[in-house]
Amino acid sequence: MSSEGIGAPVKRKEDKRFTTGKGKYTDDIRMENQAYAAFVRSPHAHAKVKGINTSVAEAMDGVIAVLNGAELTGDGIGNIICGWAISSKDGSPMNMGAWPAMASETVRYTGDAVAVVVAETKAQARAAAEAVDVDYEELPVAANIEAALASNAPQIHENAPGNVIYDWEIGEKDATDAALAGAAHITEMDITNNRLAPNAMEARAAIATFDESDDHYTLYTTSQNPHVARLVLSAFYAVAPENKLRVIAPDVGGGFGSKIYIYPEEIVCLWASMKTKRSIKWTSDRSEAFLTDAHGRDHITKAKMGFDANGKIVGFKVATKANFGAYMSLFSSAVPTYLYATLLSGTYNIPNIYCEVLAVYSNTNPVDAYRGAGRPEASYVVERMIETAAREMGKDPAELRRENFVREFPHQTPVIMNYDSGDFEGNLNQAMTAADWSGFPARKAEAAARGKMRGIGMACYIEACGIAPSAAVGSLGAGVGLWESAEVRVNPVGTIEVLTGSHSHGQGHETTFAQVVAERFGVPLDSINIVHGDTDKVQFGMGTYGSRSGPVGLSAIVKACDKVEVKVRKIAAHLLECNEDELTIGDSQVKVEGTNKALGWHEVGLAAYTAHNLPADMEPGLKEGAFYDPENFTFPMGCFIAEVEVDPDTGVTEIIKFVASDDFGVIINPMIVEGQVHGGIAQGIGQAMFEEVVYDDNGQQLSGSYMDYTMPRADDLPSFVVEHHNTRCTTNPLGIKGCGEAGAIGTPPAIINAITNAIGDNNLSMPATPSKVWALIQSSGAKIAAE
Amino acid sequence: MHNTTYHKARNAADAASLLSGAEDGTLLAGGQTLIPTMKARLAAPTDLVDVSGASDMRGIIVSGNRVTIGAATTHAEVAGSSEIRAVCPSICDLAANIGDPAVRNRGTIGGSVANNDPAADYPAAMLALGATIQTNTREIAADEFFTGMFDTALDEGEIITGVSFTAPAKGAYAKFPNPASRYAMCGVFVASGDAGTRVAITGAGSDGVFRATDMEAALNSNFSASALDGLSVDAANMLSDIHGDSAYRANLVKVMAKRAVTGAG
Ligand SMILES: Cc1cc2nc3c(=O)[nH]c(=O)nc-3n(C[C@H](O)[C@H](O)[C@H](O)COP(=O)(O)OP(=O)(O)OC[C@H]3O[C@@H](n4cnc5c(N)ncnc54)[C@H](O)[C@@H]3O)c2cc1C
Repeated sequence: MSSEGIGAPVKRKEDKRFTTGKGKYTDDIRMENQAYAAFVRSPHAHAKVKGINTSVAEAMDGVIAVLNGAELTGDGIGNIICGWAISSKDGSPMNMGAWPAMASETVRYTGDAVAVVVAETKAQARAAAEAVDVDYEELPVAANIEAALASNAPQIHENAPGNVIYDWEIGEKDATDAALAGAAHITEMDITNNRLAPNAMEARAAIATFDESDDHYTLYTTSQNPHVARLVLSAFYAVAPENKLRVIAPDVGGGFGSKIYIYPEEIVCLWASMKTKRSIKWTSDRSEAFLTDAHGRDHITKAKMGFDANGKIVGFKVATKANFGAYMSLFSSAVPTYLYATLLSGTYNIPNIYCEVLAVYSNTNPVDAYRGAGRPEASYVVERMIETAAREMGKDPAELRRENFVREFPHQTPVIMNYDSGDFEGNLNQAMTAADWSGFPARKAEAAARGKMRGIGMACYIEACGIAPSAAVGSLGAGVGLWESAEVRVNPVGTIEVLTGSHSHGQGHETTFAQVVAERFGVPLDSINIVHGDTDKVQFGMGTYGSRSGPVGLSAIVKACDKVEVKVRKIAAHLLECNEDELTIGDSQVKVEGTNKALGWHEVGLAAYTAHNLPADMEPGLKEGAFYDPENFTFPMGCFIAEVEVDPDTGVTEIIKFVASDDFGVIINPMIVEGQVHGGIAQGIGQAMFEEVVYDDNGQQLSGSYMDYTMPRADDLPSFVVEHHNTRCTTNPLGIKGCGEAGAIGTPPAIINAITNAIGDNNLSMPATPSKVWALIQSSGAKIAAE
Repeated sequence: MHNTTYHKARNAADAASLLSGAEDGTLLAGGQTLIPTMKARLAAPTDLVDVSGASDMRGIIVSGNRVTIGAATTHAEVAGSSEIRAVCPSICDLAANIGDPAVRNRGTIGGSVANNDPAADYPAAMLALGATIQTNTREIAADEFFTGMFDTALDEGEIITGVSFTAPAKGAYAKFPNPASRYAMCGVFVASGDAGTRVAITGAGSDGVFRATDMEAALNSNFSASALDGLSVDAANMLSDIHGDSAYRANLVKVMAKRAVTGAG
């Protein structure tokens, strides 16, 4: 390991600008001639739009235009789509309802846009938006899954009868039923996965410019995948053909999935820019973010796990209802299916699995991928089930897990996934040692003496990163391929630009990607720049989500580096008059092994560009591109252990210790990986104990600000113990598995298993707020007293 | 935020005249409640009269065990006052736990008391300490001042200039913060002195801050946490929201009252 290469905890190159306030975010971009957009949003969760009176607003100071949905569709702007086609059990296609960027007939959630005001200033735009008079006829509301599936539920989209989008299944139903019928023990649970608001630090924003003279659009936007944005804006929303549309995602302050999707606001800004011939800027505030960002999770699940007399799992049957909200967001359909049910085997050898998923419309924000996307839901179900089963069977929860671990690789699960590598017991042992598992009974007794209920819980999560390969995801309904592209440009002076289709919005790619290239060519980290986030610079890319940048994005860079190396060797062998295989590359030079004959790295670059003396038939220049299509998902896994203390008087839970032992494969920068794990654990604790989007029956958000939506804070968290027990991924060149979501995936079940252990009641749902925990202690106390 | 005209008052009389001259004017103190409300476009005063620098509304005077705090005194100033801490540490501790540093360095005791948010901390202290609220026209006893959620005995345009109270022999404030906002989900201030024990509760009651007279009676005969064991709190009078139902709040009232009594020693 060099001091800057793979495995070195190099400080992040990008932090100088972020920590000195010099980052350039979308809202920092100022265009000459820019105007501001403010949206007129529905205050009702479900209503008919009878009329929109804009006359007062249009006459107000600074107002340039008031535009509505009928004009938008009239101009041929297409409806927003979900890009992954899922079929129901009976083979019928999913029932996708129309989602116009602005509603002209029906609004389906509070916050649905009906019109936009463009004005000279933000204040003028907002004031005029308030003056737009919309005549609504309120309709009955279905604000949650049960209400949407009730027999008298309002019909939210005409083409989705009963509000069902699809009724999908995976696995063998009959075999699973038979296995459960023969089981010695069955554990059954109803499990809810709470609805979350993503809360990236930077709220969404867009600034769109239509250049009439060139018939060309430029969009700066808070996106995790600017090329995907351009693709759908062009191919589906018909804003402009790709060659007439440049999308730039500059510095982006966090995404967690919520910035994958193409939202109405960006479409409207582009279109309004064409209509008004002005640059149009829109920046969400936090209230608008709660109302309009895609939410995450929101599942109701019934699960049944059967064991034989020796404690081996024989079958697992799961039925999940997933709330999609009012419209199908870009990847929504894939999250509770191929990103969820395919992980239900967990870290265990389960011979029979069957899962059915009912996707449901409701009058709430659209729901889509949020840090972990489907895998947190799966890991929560699996890890709560096995924990509860152990308690019911009177077995040690660690032992029950050990007895069921997958131990041989590759391992084919009954639900598509083929695990390539891992040492699950190694991570379990490491975590148990770090948590001092065996010392727990003494600590519990000591806490009890102080009147506190102490508990310990674990979760052995597994997840899947870098969705792949493209042909397989295509056969499962994906509308896109999930490869990545890269280009490596060696300049005449030897410095290097790496263009990547991955996008960094907190991950630290400018550092880690440079580390890989620095190590590869033995050049200083400082001589390498990572270029990303601009469709005019990078040819194409699928962006960053699903922890794919390491396993997929970096693999593309490695492939491009391979090609560069081939050419470097040819040039150097030609100039040094030796064979290519005699050359070693490193220490900023290309050297003939065992001699003092060498060329500086920069001399090779210069030779390539002067082209004065190149091998015959060689093109000048030193620049190579590559597309990498992964052959399999990668499978990070780990064991998390939480130890908590509950105050029975108030129900307050304190996390005393949190240990993570992860298997991420090869790690490029351990400091950055640790940061990713810390953030993920904090978010997982947020879901487990604090966060929840709550709607009332009328579809109004009761948790639409930080007064009521509880974010985890530093003083809620202990100092995390983060360890690694890594096995190499066998299916990509660097052996990387990915680390971006693991914390958020493994943490919720570990926390809930610890709290339920403390209070002696398994019937706890997330978030485990003090009031909920207290009420459960009261009722189980009452139960104990009655027994 | 809508357009508004800003005025800086030199003193309380100046503020009163600026206010009476305005079309739809509002006093501005620390702005920690008012400015967010205006930014959310829920309030749109034509004029703001800033009293944060009003000379006769600032400062802390401690004379013997009598404490007077100017209305424009910030939470941070109360929290950090060694004079107050010497006689009444409980109110310093209360102020030190309001919001975050930015809120404490802007927000004022006068603004908090005038606003009478059902989840605010100071109203419990005022009520338990039997404080007097001084205004530009009169003095109002705390028992008469807090008249329900966000409601006070203040007349239109009346300005709080300060509060005063006699430091109790024993006192403590026990706060259970709302997990999201960290305002009080239940805050109990217990004060005990020559005139007996007073217990005031904020955050929990469905009609704002209130005195728990049954607890006061129990503590008057035996000032110890166990004196409250036999009492029950009626959930019917408690708030219920997404953070906790009325039964939970009723429980908190008792738990936090006991903690306050223990804290008062
Ligand atoms: C993030 C955050 C967290 C907070 N947490 C807490 C908490 O934990 N506990 C808590 O108690 N509070 C909390 N607050 C509220 C804070 O204490 C406010 O400062 C306080 O409630 C209002 O005081 P102010 O000086 O800011 O008043 P302003 O916001 O300026 O005014 C509030 C109202 O009082 C009126 N007013 C102001 N001064 C006077 C006066 N002298 N006479 C008559 N009327 C007047 C104003 O006209 C206005 O209507 C929090 C606020 C924020 C923003």
